[in-house]
Amino acid sequence: MNKVVHSADEAIHDIPDNAVLGLGGFGLCGIPENSISALIRKGTKGLTCISNNAGVDDFGIGLMLQTRQVKKMISSYVGENAEFERQLLSGELEVSLIPQGTLATRLLAAGYGMPAIFTPAGVGTEVAEGKEVRRFNDKDYLLEMAFDIDFSIVKAWKGDTHGNLIFRKTSRNFNPLIAMAGKITIAEVEELVPAGELDPDHIHLPGIYVHRIFKGSGYEKRIEQRTIRPRQ
Amino acid sequence: MLDKNGIAKRIAKEVKQGMYVNLGIGIPTLVANYIPAGMDVVLQSENGLLGIGPFPFDGDEDPDLINAGKQTITTVPGSSFFDSAMSFGMIRAGKVDLTILGAMEVSETGDIANWKIPGKMVKGMGGAMDLVASARNIIVAMQHVNKAGESKLLPQCELPLTGIRCVKKIVTELAVLDVLPEGGFRLLERAPGISTEQIRNATKGKLIVEGEIPEMVL
Repeated sequence: MNKVVHSADEAIHDIPDNAVLGLGGFGLCGIPENSISALIRKGTKGLTCISNNAGVDDFGIGLMLQTRQVKKMISSYVGENAEFERQLLSGELEVSLIPQGTLATRLLAAGYGMPAIFTPAGVGTEVAEGKEVRRFNDKDYLLEMAFDIDFSIVKAWKGDTHGNLIFRKTSRNFNPLIAMAGKITIAEVEELVPAGELDPDHIHLPGIYVHRIFKGSGYEKRIEQRTIRPRQ
Repeated sequence: MLDKNGIAKRIAKEVKQGMYVNLGIGIPTLVANYIPAGMDVVLQSENGLLGIGPFPFDGDEDPDLINAGKQTITTVPGSSFFDSAMSFGMIRAGKVDLTILGAMEVSETGDIANWKIPGKMVKGMGGAMDLVASARNIIVAMQHVNKAGESKLLPQCELPLTGIRCVKKIVTELAVLDVLPEGGFRLLERAPGISTEQIRNATKGKLIVEGEIPEMVL
């Protein structure tokens, strides 16, 4: 059950060109910084990235856009990224925008072994185009399919050698869901401990969903909107 | 005529003791400033937090603690964290009592458009479509007319829709209006110093005026 690998490079070594990746995080909060750097070093191309956001120009997934490694983004919100906008308008980058709750629940479905879900999000809008609509209790719902992800890459606060994960504050966000949805799931953690050291009652994601884990380093944890109030 | 803070202040009067409330980005965020001290209200942030506290003091920012607008925030006693599926699960299941959000257009049947302007940059809908499709009560905070002076309260939305038949109430710089289930904006209150005629001129959709319309009490 020891899932420890020694580096981000080792963790991502077999991700091939044109793979479908899931990446955890909301904005720049809880993103797998070390694995993104390793993917850039490896130069893997033609990637489809399922991630709520696409980073900013010089951080997160934005770095992989700069190096033209991403073929398609599947996200709910992709503002704050000029290079993204340029590639989208020039047709270099394919983008599929889907509602945030639909994104989360399609990941959940994959991790729970369910082929599809019904959600009311997007009924009557362009999101509904080409999708089956079913009526339950006088309300319309769209049929949305579970995701099929080759490699999931997530960031957790603490993890153990069995791959059990604990997240910190709002950096949990999409991470456990992305992790559950991957055929192969890679977790990078700030603190890696031997199995048995984490209280089983405190585990947010059981290690059965994690295949490789490593201790990351040098986390920048960049803040997108630093907002403060004056001290009285 | 109300400024942004005035709109937020008027909407805050719709927030009641014991409510769970989701506030959108922009004017809705300001509503939190006008919830009376001592009123028990829990604010939900759809990236995975119940119990949003004030912005942190300088030096106390935590990159792992942000709101849906990606701003650094704090927690309050009783806060809890959860993942994005549970966050939208509680929204979809109708556990969040009130959603307050901005809009580019609202139709007289309660359709809302607030995520996309074709031909300009499309940033994505984020959680807006999920919120409007499921929230039990939706109040829209917006300007009555756009920068070109055109009404944003329309017979039908012209921009791509975020959701249909979902808006219950609208608060603008000019008025408070209900959206009736059978269609039409029913005028409830006028902003201080604004006449019914001014509101009528700024409303392109069907405006229903019954009797004397009181001025807002802020």
